[in-house]
Amino acid sequence: MKMNNALMGKVNFPLFDKYKELVYLDNSATQQKPKRVLDALVRYYSEENANPLRGLYELSVKATQAYENARESVRRFIGAASTKEIVFTRNATESLNLIAFSWGQANIGEGDEILVSISEHHSNLLPWQLLAKQKGAKLKYLECDSSGKYTAQALEKALTPKTKLFAIAQISNVFGRLNPIKEFAEIAHKNGTLIVCDGAQSVPHIPVDVQRLDVDFLAFSGHKMLAPMGIGVLYAKQGLLEKMPPFLSGGEMIEYVTREDATYAELPHKFEAGTVNAGGAVGLAAAIDYINELGFDAIQKREDELTAYAFGEMKKIPHINIIGADDALDHHGILTFTVDGVHPHDIAAIFDADGIDIRAGHHCAQPLHQFLDVQSTARMSLAFYNDENDIKRFIATLSSIRRRMGYDN
Amino acid sequence: MTTDSFYGEVLADHNLHPLHRHELTCATHCCKGLNPTCGDNIELHLDIHDGIIVNGSFTGIGCAISQASADIMLELIIGKTLDEAKRYTELFRKMISGLISDDELEELEEAGALQNVSKMPARVKCALLSWNTMEKLLDEDNDKQGGDAK
Repeated sequence: MKMNNALMGKVNFPLFDKYKELVYLDNSATQQKPKRVLDALVRYYSEENANPLRGLYELSVKATQAYENARESVRRFIGAASTKEIVFTRNATESLNLIAFSWGQANIGEGDEILVSISEHHSNLLPWQLLAKQKGAKLKYLECDSSGKYTAQALEKALTPKTKLFAIAQISNVFGRLNPIKEFAEIAHKNGTLIVCDGAQSVPHIPVDVQRLDVDFLAFSGHKMLAPMGIGVLYAKQGLLEKMPPFLSGGEMIEYVTREDATYAELPHKFEAGTVNAGGAVGLAAAIDYINELGFDAIQKREDELTAYAFGEMKKIPHINIIGADDALDHHGILTFTVDGVHPHDIAAIFDADGIDIRAGHHCAQPLHQFLDVQSTARMSLAFYNDENDIKRFIATLSSIRRRMGYDN
Repeated sequence: MTTDSFYGEVLADHNLHPLHRHELTCATHCCKGLNPTCGDNIELHLDIHDGIIVNGSFTGIGCAISQASADIMLELIIGKTLDEAKRYTELFRKMISGLISDDELEELEEAGALQNVSKMPARVKCALLSWNTMEKLLDEDNDKQGGDAK
């Protein structure tokens, strides 16, 4: 496992300079930020900051350019046809709520059906649950097998003439499994059903091309891909966005306002009410540059190697149960597990005491845990900047947990 | 029991070999407690006669701290009056907040093994789950009985 790219290592991340012994394995929750991204933020606020899209002076024009250049970076990164299809939000959750409030309120009626995968994060479940309740629509679940696999046959069976929308993550935040979104989009479209893809766990780790996948909506967060918190993206096909009513209203999303009425701004500004997070967008563009320079080939290779190493070592330890597929490469850096007789909170507390950050709980996917019949689980999740030593320390602590909880083996 | 026990031997023992973790068919009172942040839950069963907790048990799912805390709590309150149980709850809260005196700590007997939780803010809710549930049970009973639990 030789690192051939200077951008790969922890040395590029100031947080790891402060905490030299830290093993950070909660990357699915949020990633650490490279110095380049932090520098881009400082540069924007030191050299280009004014309220974008409003002022008629040079600085505001600079801020607008920085913001719109970031939108173009995102467009290219996910292969969208036009920047009109790229709406900046706070995060994937806001993107998904935008769809539910705007598209959903206008298009979902009584008796309609919304199909959601059972492994969805609450952010791609609750907006639909709420919408279905408000509209008298029916929320249905697509179930997977115990390895987290969804089949085309099950999807075809679950779709009915009333199914207006199908919501599924490209990579599950619990299983780490990659779902065949292109195939699912084709099946959904044949049925006249739109597909919402949650890309929060996929966009940071694999190349995603919205036109190739032919998804109608894609949501993802900047903070899970090296960028600052508070900037996210909604991609939607232009034809859909044009017909959708505004989500939030206020400044910058209007064309003309009278006492009684208003006409709304062009896409995508119609969906970006109020002063935008230009600094965040600039940070996201810097993160995209970082990822592009590193290359997804290198990122995937590195994350797959680390995943396979961790998976193999975990399999050697008795009383450890990995949730999901038996093949390490189906996990995409996400290893969710239980330890017999030890509650996940105690697992996380012991890891914490050894300077290792992992997640414990239901990972915002309670219906999935009910479906799998586990109360809660522990999860380690990787990024390319983790290294073999991180995995070694993770395994050493994992091997000691039952003993430290008072078991004989 | 090994010497590098993470939470100490008292907690590990109560977690792995709880005395009071079972159903209690004769219970006069029952109350459910939930820790919504982690989904852990407890069901507390108490058999109360003439203002005395004659017997008690707990069931449910939780981490080592919540399980040991429940077991130690029952160990303390079985055979005690409702007022004594309330006093223990008060002392336990004081300990978890880091405000307890040495004398008061002695009153709590084995529950003192949970004193370190006051330095683990993320785990305070785990330690308090059973105590909060008992308080809820006693308060509801108080309301129902007009202040005099039978």
